[in-house]
Amino acid sequence: MELLTEVRWTPYAVGIGIGILSWFSFLISKEPIACSTSFARTSGGMERLFRGKKVELKPYYQEIKLVVGWQGMLVLGIVIGSLISALLSGDFHWQWVPSRWAFTFGNSSVLRVIVALIGGVFLGFGARWAGGCTSGHGISGTLQLAVSSWISAICFFIGGILMAQFLFKVIG
Amino acid sequence: MQTKESENKSIKDKSPLIWGLVFGILFGFLLQKGGATKYDVIIGQLLLSDFTVLKIMLSAVLTGMIGIYLMKTMGWVRLNLKSGSMGSNIIGGLIFGLGFAVLGYCPGTIAGAIGNGYLDALVGGLAGILLGTGIFAELYPMLKTSILKKGDFGNVTLPQLFKVNDWVVVVPVAVLIFFLLLGLERTGL
Repeated sequence: MELLTEVRWTPYAVGIGIGILSWFSFLISKEPIACSTSFARTSGGMERLFRGKKVELKPYYQEIKLVVGWQGMLVLGIVIGSLISALLSGDFHWQWVPSRWAFTFGNSSVLRVIVALIGGVFLGFGARWAGGCTSGHGISGTLQLAVSSWISAICFFIGGILMAQFLFKVIG
Repeated sequence: MQTKESENKSIKDKSPLIWGLVFGILFGFLLQKGGATKYDVIIGQLLLSDFTVLKIMLSAVLTGMIGIYLMKTMGWVRLNLKSGSMGSNIIGGLIFGLGFAVLGYCPGTIAGAIGNGYLDALVGGLAGILLGTGIFAELYPMLKTSILKKGDFGNVTLPQLFKVNDWVVVVPVAVLIFFLLLGLERTGL
């Protein structure tokens, strides 16, 4: 039980755990662990609330279907699982500005939220453009040796490393 | 390519939703225990000062790959691949990377960050992602017939691409990942 209340596990224990989880999600649900489609469905679903059923006719939503699927439940589960882990170890706390950010860019929560919003736009847009994210391509796709996923995952890190250097070494 | 994907999707989503929730809870629990729900850890990886994220991903890929390919060889599971193209994966991947560094979370870890109590993730990041995917849906008809088709290679695996037995790729990739991780430990990263 002490294991469950520890704040951090070694990255290898976590990685091996995620790998084993992927075996069972293929075996039981025939699904790879992936997240970003659910955000696109949520986005479409919210637009539907305001603009009505015609939103469903957009070609992209015709393809991904505006439904609550297995993957949507997975994303909801991630929130719950992380909350449980954080509460068990006493690592849960409300926080607006992460410390590494504050160290370089200051304590303004408004600035942090605006930048996070801009980052989110690119992240969401890029995830749909590439057809997946760090879990769908980066873990589930690469472990199946999918060509699309290896290319995407490498580009995620090239773009991410370059932009992080620019943000923290040039601007910061 | 896209129609095939949507057919796959509609079949896929028939699997019991409760399992999605169960796998999600376990995945979120592991991400939080690994520190991957934290901005500082993710940015540390992109600044190449903290290799936690890469260690988690590579050990997940190593474990997952061996298990999935063993079960595939036994005929227990079928692969579930995303088709792709140069225009989609390279350009989309780079745009994603920019967002990854600016936000400091990705779609999976942001869900974990929200569970961890991080409000920049909930108020800023989540709203941004929903906006970004909405913009993509709006532009999709235009992108689909142009840049997303450039250099289309379909849903192939590396062994299929090289026309070799699966294990001819699985074994070297496993060895490579193992030594990469060993190297990271040896250099103290």
